[in-house]
Amino acid sequence: MSNFINPRVAQVPPSGIRRFFDIAGTMKDAISLGVGEPDFVTPYHIRSAAIDSILDGETQYTPNRGLLALRQEIADYLAERFQASYDPEKEIVVTVGASEAIDLALRVCLRSGDEVILPDPGYVSYAPCVTFAGGTPVPVPTKAEDEFRITAEEIEAAVTDKTRALIFPYPNNPTGAVMNKAQMQEIAAVVEKHDLLVISDEIYAELTYAEEETEGEKIAFSALPGMKARTVLINGFSKAFAMTGWRLGYACGPQDILYEMNKIHQYAIMCAPRQAQVAGLQALKKNRETGYEDVETMRRSYDRRRRVMLDAFRRMGLDCFEPRGAFYCFPNIQSTGLTSEEFCTRLLREHKVVCVPGDAFGKSGAGHIRCCYATDMNRMMEAFARMGQFIQSL
Amino acid sequence: MQSLKMQILEILSEDCRTPLERIAVMTGAELSQVAEEIEALERDRVILQYSPVINWDRTEKERCEAMIEVKVTPQRDMGFDAIAGRIYRFDEVKSVYLMSGSYDLLVLVEARTLKDLALFVSEKLSPLESVTGTSTSFVLKRYKQDGVIFVGESVDKRMAVSP
Repeated sequence: MSNFINPRVAQVPPSGIRRFFDIAGTMKDAISLGVGEPDFVTPYHIRSAAIDSILDGETQYTPNRGLLALRQEIADYLAERFQASYDPEKEIVVTVGASEAIDLALRVCLRSGDEVILPDPGYVSYAPCVTFAGGTPVPVPTKAEDEFRITAEEIEAAVTDKTRALIFPYPNNPTGAVMNKAQMQEIAAVVEKHDLLVISDEIYAELTYAEEETEGEKIAFSALPGMKARTVLINGFSKAFAMTGWRLGYACGPQDILYEMNKIHQYAIMCAPRQAQVAGLQALKKNRETGYEDVETMRRSYDRRRRVMLDAFRRMGLDCFEPRGAFYCFPNIQSTGLTSEEFCTRLLREHKVVCVPGDAFGKSGAGHIRCCYATDMNRMMEAFARMGQFIQSL
Repeated sequence: MQSLKMQILEILSEDCRTPLERIAVMTGAELSQVAEEIEALERDRVILQYSPVINWDRTEKERCEAMIEVKVTPQRDMGFDAIAGRIYRFDEVKSVYLMSGSYDLLVLVEARTLKDLALFVSEKLSPLESVTGTSTSFVLKRYKQDGVIFVGESVDKRMAVSP
């Protein structure tokens, strides 16, 4: 029998996070800082809207692109919060999580052998999705001294005649880095010059924290002059509305690209689950009325815990970049003399605290660990005490 | 941006044992600023007390509670305040609220036994001159109080590691 598996798929290793999950799963009473989702449950009114919709018998397919009312809300939301303007009829597709949207954008735009620049460390699925779509990921190391931002010069240096796209994921998972308007404008100039497509993953856009740099203007990358025509904006409900398990995201972009994305979506997925869409609609509608109360309440709570975690790592003597977005700290653990892998494995085995090795997010993450501060304060304090002991013991 | 005062209140309402140092870290304010702000909140009687939410049912303490709907005759110039004052001064009374609707005061009473509670109503509360009627309901089970759920366990349903 022949080997049926496509080598392009087989060559991609499973997520480094997965491996760690298996060890953690065997341990009871471990405290986990290894999660990548809010510790809030989806707000009650949102859950309730979905239940009502089920009870009302709303159990059918929706249009491929998603309920028009939801797309309309998304368009209004992006305009109100991020200065972006999209036509709900032609420029938005509602997807099964932001992950599907990323995959669609890459599959639509990449030709075999195309290169895609992505900041490293970065979210675990970018590089594999590029590979699955026939492209070649070109990781560009980002550094703590640059606050983990990718710079225009670095992009410029990585561009070849095969470069098709830039994945632009800010606020960033795992580093917590953010980009302000001026910095994004520099990126815009370089993508314009080299005629690149930008896949802007803005899933953490609501979660930025009160610092002079980020406080001012919240702006989508596509809202910068000239950028809409070359940007696919990716967002979703998981992080801002604590709706990870609902799997609801969306892509917005130029009509022609979205037309093709919808085609793959139509054939492969049909539509995002109706109840998730109804829930998403409720989330946006209600929050627009309340001044984004759900989002603000959660954001404030993350911000406090962000400060506590940063303070704790610095007290432990770890070098830690101050994250300004998402809900992760990304401390440097090189001073312990351990690799991230060793650090996390021993911390888990000896002190029952789960963190994720930084190199699970790309080579440049080596020497770091990702810790999530969307964690109960008391559990977090206990985790810090254990980590402190662990570091002392080295 | 929320004021420091509101941030402190939000933090303390979640956990009133949060140390000052941690509040300072959480808010990014100076320790002395936090201390001053809390002093002011106490002085202005915004913060009245720091007390835990206790599930007495899990202790050996014998205790029963009732909510009593009380109808009263308001007094000239004093409205309901004078009679409310008479009622809230009893040690057994834990809370008193002036209510809209079909009765006037809602009184939460705590005593050791049902009998003690009944006696409180018949001997202390009902005889008050302005009280024209009472309706007592005993608390059978406490599901949630002060935003804290008393039944079941809160379990983190997230996987230990996710991307």
